[in-house]
Amino acid sequence: MELERFSYDNKIVKQFGIATIVWGVVGMLVGLLIASQLFYPALNFNLQYTTFGRIRPIHTNAVIFAFVGNAIFMGVYHSLQRLCKARMYSDLLSKIHFWGWQLIIVVAAVTLALGFTTSKEYAELEWPIDIAITLIWVAFGINMFGTIFKRREKHLYVAIWFYIATWVTVAILHIVNSIEIPVAFWKSYPVYAGVQDALVQWWYGHNAVAFFLTTPYLGLMYYYLPKAAKRPIYSYKLSIIHFWSLIFIYIWAGPHHLLYSALPDWAQSLGTAFSIMLIAPSWGGMINGLLTLRGAWDKVRQDPILKFMVVAVTAYGMATFEGPMLSLKNVNAIAHFTDWIIAHVHIGALGWNGFLTFGILYWLIPKLWKTELFSKKLANIHFWLGTLGIVFYASSMYWSGITQSLMWKQFTPLGTLQYPNFLETTLQIIPMYMIRATGGLLYLSGVLLMVYNLYKTAKQGTFEDNEAAEAPALVKVEDPFVKGKRHRWLEGKPIQFLLVSMVVVMIGGLVEFIPTFLVKSNIPTIASVHPYTPLELQGRDIYIREGCVGCHSQLIRPFRSETERYGEYSKAGEYVYDHPFLWGSKRTGPDLHREGGKYPNMWHYLHMENPSSMSPGSIMPAFPWLLTQNLDTTTTVAKISAMRSIGVPYPAGYEKYANQDLNAQADSIANDLMKAGVPAENNKEIIALIAYLQRLGTDIKVNKQQVQK
Amino acid sequence: MSVIVVLIGISLFVAIGFLVAFLWAVKSGQYNDTYTPSIRMLFDDEKKQKKDNQ
Repeated sequence: MELERFSYDNKIVKQFGIATIVWGVVGMLVGLLIASQLFYPALNFNLQYTTFGRIRPIHTNAVIFAFVGNAIFMGVYHSLQRLCKARMYSDLLSKIHFWGWQLIIVVAAVTLALGFTTSKEYAELEWPIDIAITLIWVAFGINMFGTIFKRREKHLYVAIWFYIATWVTVAILHIVNSIEIPVAFWKSYPVYAGVQDALVQWWYGHNAVAFFLTTPYLGLMYYYLPKAAKRPIYSYKLSIIHFWSLIFIYIWAGPHHLLYSALPDWAQSLGTAFSIMLIAPSWGGMINGLLTLRGAWDKVRQDPILKFMVVAVTAYGMATFEGPMLSLKNVNAIAHFTDWIIAHVHIGALGWNGFLTFGILYWLIPKLWKTELFSKKLANIHFWLGTLGIVFYASSMYWSGITQSLMWKQFTPLGTLQYPNFLETTLQIIPMYMIRATGGLLYLSGVLLMVYNLYKTAKQGTFEDNEAAEAPALVKVEDPFVKGKRHRWLEGKPIQFLLVSMVVVMIGGLVEFIPTFLVKSNIPTIASVHPYTPLELQGRDIYIREGCVGCHSQLIRPFRSETERYGEYSKAGEYVYDHPFLWGSKRTGPDLHREGGKYPNMWHYLHMENPSSMSPGSIMPAFPWLLTQNLDTTTTVAKISAMRSIGVPYPAGYEKYANQDLNAQADSIANDLMKAGVPAENNKEIIALIAYLQRLGTDIKVNKQQVQK
Repeated sequence: MSVIVVLIGISLFVAIGFLVAFLWAVKSGQYNDTYTPSIRMLFDDEKKQKKDNQ
């Protein structure tokens, strides 16, 4: 058969590679900064743009979508061309994909620092960026499927299936979770409220881990681990079974993020059951990776690349065992809202994603530049720094999580809370926060060594934008979109996999969605729950802007230790007007769902101005700008109208009078503050925030009083 | 409540699509050979290296 000559596009691989490294350093640096702010709050430089609540999402988005995202694209653009024996479908699309993605990252970082956020974890970006992500993702998809269509290799290697499943699922997840109604250019409300929003969000959040941090990386593992070890994957059959079972099961497990919450019980149990089942396919992948190295462990001793990959695969195995364990209700009761979860995700992020990326970079950069790695020794030092960093990070966070959780739950023999002051449990774990930051510092130092090492490697080599290759042509596939050729089109294997993966993924999601959306009994309505007043709504948006949800939950679980500390446990019906829901996932500070009426207005005013004046030793940052910035009331009309359009029962025409109500409520709060001796103006943002905080959880308290009457 | 009809419609479509696609996948022979692909992916680089040496 005649050989066709063509070339691989290496330039795009290089670009994504450089972006991976740059954003990796940036994302980890921000991580180190927020980790340090937790024991030294002054590191926010007293700027609203660098305060924990705003830059935590920058850290998570940067490491997930910028570092790991670019690494995925680097790996896909490199391996897909070779597995398909074809150049990428379109150089222009590659270019649009690369620059579009980098632009999104920059805009994301800027808008998050400015406080434009939806507050939904890992989906914080506002609607214009959501649209941009969709467009770029489609460009990536066309480029990928185009390449698969014109491939010269009939069989689709297992890695490609993982890429396909990734593309399809991320597209669905992103779109479904981003259905929001714009209020302004940088402000929107999700159409879902309360429990429904929580379900959609964690269906997304869980599957972002599954299909952005796991499946594409398994694809990369199936390509780069055999390449680096120079031996085939242990069992190709296992890889096939492992792929189908993984994508089928993963999509059902989302509710394990909401155990003991106001989510219906059956949905929680479903999430737990599928999480346990996930061990099998996950470990199938881990075993397949590790056993690939059977008989080659002497190589692992020598080769830093394989060391990175072995630790990565091991970390994957540990994290995917721990995940199901954490989804057991009794374990989750202890671990949820604590640093244990932070430890868990960082085993995955630092170990699995980070180390696999480093292994790939150490293998790929010398290959692209046709040279040897500049220094094996530096790579080994990087390996040990990184490993040590992970150990420091994880062990301190396990320690801190379990310690704090046990303190929260400790009762005295008389039946009162042993540590009624939340702050006491925080102060106990401050040393662990310091050790965690040290671990992060070690890990980042290793990465900086890698940057130097790879730079020197590239410097000593020569790079070719287009790498010549040749392969026999595949029997010509006719244009699949021409009319009358639909039968042929249906038989195209990429579409096959596209369809199958989409279907597999959607069934799981739909079965969980439909009942919760439509069965009214899932969300008991409570007569005393009313929509937020305009001032409270504005205050809530400030709460969202400042990222309060990053440290404060609004979900009291039905445990005695929580009802004693915070008050009556949370009911689903209390959240029906919460667009978005603000349950949170971490309690660095106390739960706020019953915050309303606990403290006088003056307490909140002084506390926001300087938390340690009210709570000595508090690690909460100060928010002095709330006291000086004027509340923007021009948005009230649009906000009320938008809320009404998604089902919040504000009376028709209310938006015209909303600002009158807003001012009246603001006046009463300002007067109250004045009486307490705090000279507050009624047009400041703090007034709105206080209004919101004082409203939190009071609907039910009102109800109780009514019942007593 | 018309959304019920829509959602059931989508899920039925999706479920049937899955069934058809899955049956087709098994018949298509994509999985007839579950060994050589794992070996083949290792080779493309080495061929190129040989070429470079020539």
